[in-house]
Amino acid sequence: MALCAALAVLLPGTGRALDEDGHAARRADMIRVIERHAFSAVKALGRRRIDSRVLDVMGRTPRHLFVPERLRGEAYDDRPLPIGYGQTISQPFIVALMTDLLAVGPEDVVLEVGTGSGYQAAVLAPLARRVCSIEIIPELARSAGQRLEALGHAGVETRTGDGYYGWPECGPYDGIVVTAAASQIPPPLVGQLKPGGRMVIPVGGPFATQWLMLVDKLADGRVKTRQVLPVAFVPFTRRSP
Amino acid sequence: MLPAISVVSAAILAYEVLLMRLFAIVQWHHFAYMVISIALLGFGASGSFLALAQGWLKPRFVAAFAVNAALFGVSALAAFALGERVPFNALEVLWNPRQLLYLLVLYLLFTVPFFCGANCIGLAFTRYGEQIGRIYRYDLMGAGLGALGIVAVLFLVSPTDCLRLIAGLGIAAAGLVCFARNDARRRLAAVGLLAAAVLLPALVPQSWIALRFSEYKGLSMALQVPGAEVIGDSSSPLGLLTVVRSPTIPFRHAPGLSLDSTVEPPPQLGVFTDGDALSVITRYDGRLDALGYLDDTTAALPYHLLQGPSVLVLGAGGGGDVLQALYHGARRIDAVELNPRLIALVRREHAAFAGGLYDRPEVTVHAAEARSFVARGQAQWDLIQMPLLDSFGASVAGVHSLSESYVYTVEAFRDYLRHLEAGGFLAITRWLKLPPRDSLKLFATALAALEREGIATPQERLALIRSWNTTTLLVKNGALGAAEIDGIRRFAAQRSFDLAYYPGMRPDEANRFNVLDARHFFEGASALAGPRRAEFIERYKFDLAAARDDRPYFFDFFRWRALPEFLELRAQGGAALLEWGYPILFATLVQASALGVVLILLPLRLSRRKSNRHPDRARILAYFLALGLAFLFVEIAFIQRFVVFLGHPLLAVAVVLSGFLVFAGLGSGAAPGLARRLERRRGTAGPLFSRIVPVDVPVLAFGTAALLHLALLPALFDWMMPWPEAARVAASLALIAPLAFFMGMPFPIGLSRVSERVPELVPWAWGVNGCASVASAILATILAIHLGFTAVVGIAVVLYLAAAAVFRAPLATVGGGVGR
Repeated sequence: MALCAALAVLLPGTGRALDEDGHAARRADMIRVIERHAFSAVKALGRRRIDSRVLDVMGRTPRHLFVPERLRGEAYDDRPLPIGYGQTISQPFIVALMTDLLAVGPEDVVLEVGTGSGYQAAVLAPLARRVCSIEIIPELARSAGQRLEALGHAGVETRTGDGYYGWPECGPYDGIVVTAAASQIPPPLVGQLKPGGRMVIPVGGPFATQWLMLVDKLADGRVKTRQVLPVAFVPFTRRSP
Repeated sequence: MLPAISVVSAAILAYEVLLMRLFAIVQWHHFAYMVISIALLGFGASGSFLALAQGWLKPRFVAAFAVNAALFGVSALAAFALGERVPFNALEVLWNPRQLLYLLVLYLLFTVPFFCGANCIGLAFTRYGEQIGRIYRYDLMGAGLGALGIVAVLFLVSPTDCLRLIAGLGIAAAGLVCFARNDARRRLAAVGLLAAAVLLPALVPQSWIALRFSEYKGLSMALQVPGAEVIGDSSSPLGLLTVVRSPTIPFRHAPGLSLDSTVEPPPQLGVFTDGDALSVITRYDGRLDALGYLDDTTAALPYHLLQGPSVLVLGAGGGGDVLQALYHGARRIDAVELNPRLIALVRREHAAFAGGLYDRPEVTVHAAEARSFVARGQAQWDLIQMPLLDSFGASVAGVHSLSESYVYTVEAFRDYLRHLEAGGFLAITRWLKLPPRDSLKLFATALAALEREGIATPQERLALIRSWNTTTLLVKNGALGAAEIDGIRRFAAQRSFDLAYYPGMRPDEANRFNVLDARHFFEGASALAGPRRAEFIERYKFDLAAARDDRPYFFDFFRWRALPEFLELRAQGGAALLEWGYPILFATLVQASALGVVLILLPLRLSRRKSNRHPDRARILAYFLALGLAFLFVEIAFIQRFVVFLGHPLLAVAVVLSGFLVFAGLGSGAAPGLARRLERRRGTAGPLFSRIVPVDVPVLAFGTAALLHLALLPALFDWMMPWPEAARVAASLALIAPLAFFMGMPFPIGLSRVSERVPELVPWAWGVNGCASVASAILATILAIHLGFTAVVGIAVVLYLAAAAVFRAPLATVGGGVGR
């Protein structure tokens, strides 16, 4: 069974067969949940809906192939899942929100720091012209690269390395997403962002995104950051009448 | 038999303390609370088991004691080895119900050693009812030695070696109880068991019990990086320090670094405490220009308002903030660090790498607890700098919410303010949280402290700035002048930091660089500084009320009324809004109470014995429940009261705990004599005296002593604070002695009475008491969070009085008679 699953991931085409095994319906449920939650993220998005292109891609991406086999039954639950090496695959709603906030266009080049399982790169790939993804942990980088290739994401390039210095040969970038836990924002990344480009960073622990940090690079090269909670939360109770 | 009781008792207490340490290392400490509460399950189950099986066990006392003691030793090791293999992930509990199942498995595993250990003591009480005072004395003395011993031993050997030692103690106790001079077979068994006590734990392979850190702790993640390696570790009760070198992908630790900064930090060694809480040792070769990044953090602000200041760094860690002070030309730097092992890493093992930082002429390093260092000294500084002490991950998860902290209380701030030169600054940096919590609570604390110092306009002395992930609060000893305000604005603007508060700040100056959906920090700080502070605090969904020494829970932000909203928002990316600590503590109490009820009441329901339908069993239950709760209430409250006075949390635990257990042990030894004297005089004394029952005397004496303590301790502490450490330890013991002496009496007096009249209920009473004392550790924390430690002592006095009241009436004998 494990061998079959491994082959399914590694051999192009067989992933789709496995994908048909009841996962499409669960993916559709996942998208409905994301749409429902989007109402809560109105402050972050500035509107009540996630970009339909993002939802369309997520509705086609076989998330179950990006999680450990023992967790495939839970792949479409709206929650983060462990993928080993102290890393997680983000909650689908957060992936949708971050991808939407990145506002990727079809001609864009996007950098991802922290490939993890490769799911975020797989979601970005159909939306952008080119996706370059760096992973610090060699084992994760290797398996994500194989997985993405097997699924036919030729537009995604992966490599193992230090995300601090970005990937200058691949840039400059219209968008950067830093999915690795970051206690600081590496200045070289800001340097590789095109004027008008945008960086999205989820801040928080492995199983809890505390807020999303958006870095906008202005036309004059200066940066402006915005910090948004993924939820609609007012820290006050209403004033009593 | 008595030495064996002491050894088992010491091993149980040491195991409980060690488990707290081990769980804090491999998981996080608030889950340690949960797992340790299973000790209660073991005690309760033991009481019930003995109540049901005592008839069979009593005649086989030696064998039963020996088997249980040996099983305690073996299972103490086995439970940890197996527990490490349960894939429990504390961080996933909110998402994954399977984690609760894993938690249950951990509970069941760790119940076994406590069950076996408690069986030994309970059996002794049951078998030797006439010696209850002596048994209790050995039990308390052993517990005291165990608690003290484990703290001392943790300085010398690793936590896993401590585990071996405890296992050996259990098996050794089995050997001790077997020993009999005139019985060759028992002597042989004793020798065999004593040999096994040495050999068995030593032969257990290290891989079985090696510490397996959660893969989500900072250390585990750092070691995933290619080339990263552990180059040293050092263990003590203050934490397991692990030094990591990561040459391929450096640490670059610079909390709150400006996005405009272009200076990359020099190479750093990561120092993890208990696998988390990263501090770094930065390579320093004497060139200050390599440290330029330290000018681009929010913590650098006060250096732009002072010239060549004298600086006190509270929580120096690996020395980052000392380097920052050097970079900014500080003329004198006092660096205080709690953990001497961390100082040694910088000063000795990595002295060359750190450039001899802690031995520079302008730097003086003090191994001390921050608050009491300030409170005891006479020195003044231009700047008191309190850097980030906890990890970002731990901070956002709210895992410190149950930790008492005496450095962020109103009284602490008053101490700091009194040690500032005129015009000097107190600067406190915290991780930024959204919505704001820490920074606003610090702001409220500073305002309260300034008001208590008699400052009419405290809002004129405060300033608050923030980067994208840190905040720095400045409190000036004096009003902020126009030039200083200009300096703050300039500093912030040059680094794209946001202004959150300064006196006279305009709303449009806030929220410019790191934009939030509203001016949360400015509005919060302005509301706290204005006339509607109380209303703002009341309406806020996190608890921002200033912490005080009596309720030192700065990190507790949880409010019940916000819980439904947090849980609802969890699925929508709002999991981080929930501050973990308090709800977990509360869940632990609910679970402990439920288990307690089942374990105490179930055996009586199941048993058809006549004694178990005894008419006075409700009174016996109330008596031992009240004593179990009250004893630990007092002990925990006094440990907290002595932390600042004794100057170190470990010293407070060691002195107070050993003081209480030793003097209570002496009291329990004196109890039978007191009871006999009172009985003798009952017939001859007047009518008033004849109403006094033995338990009244210690309870009234304890109540008086406790109330005197509450009234006089603050003034006594102020007076004795400058005394040398040895004198303060002696004074602490002298203060504790009368209280503890009388606290040791009610239990043996009561249990002797039960033993005389209803001996079958002795194990049950022991189980009730054990359950209550474990539950009381959790309950005391909850009560202290809400009411303060003074109230906890007050409640303990009421519980002792209630215990005395329910025990005044005579107990019926099993046969139906009545007697005292």
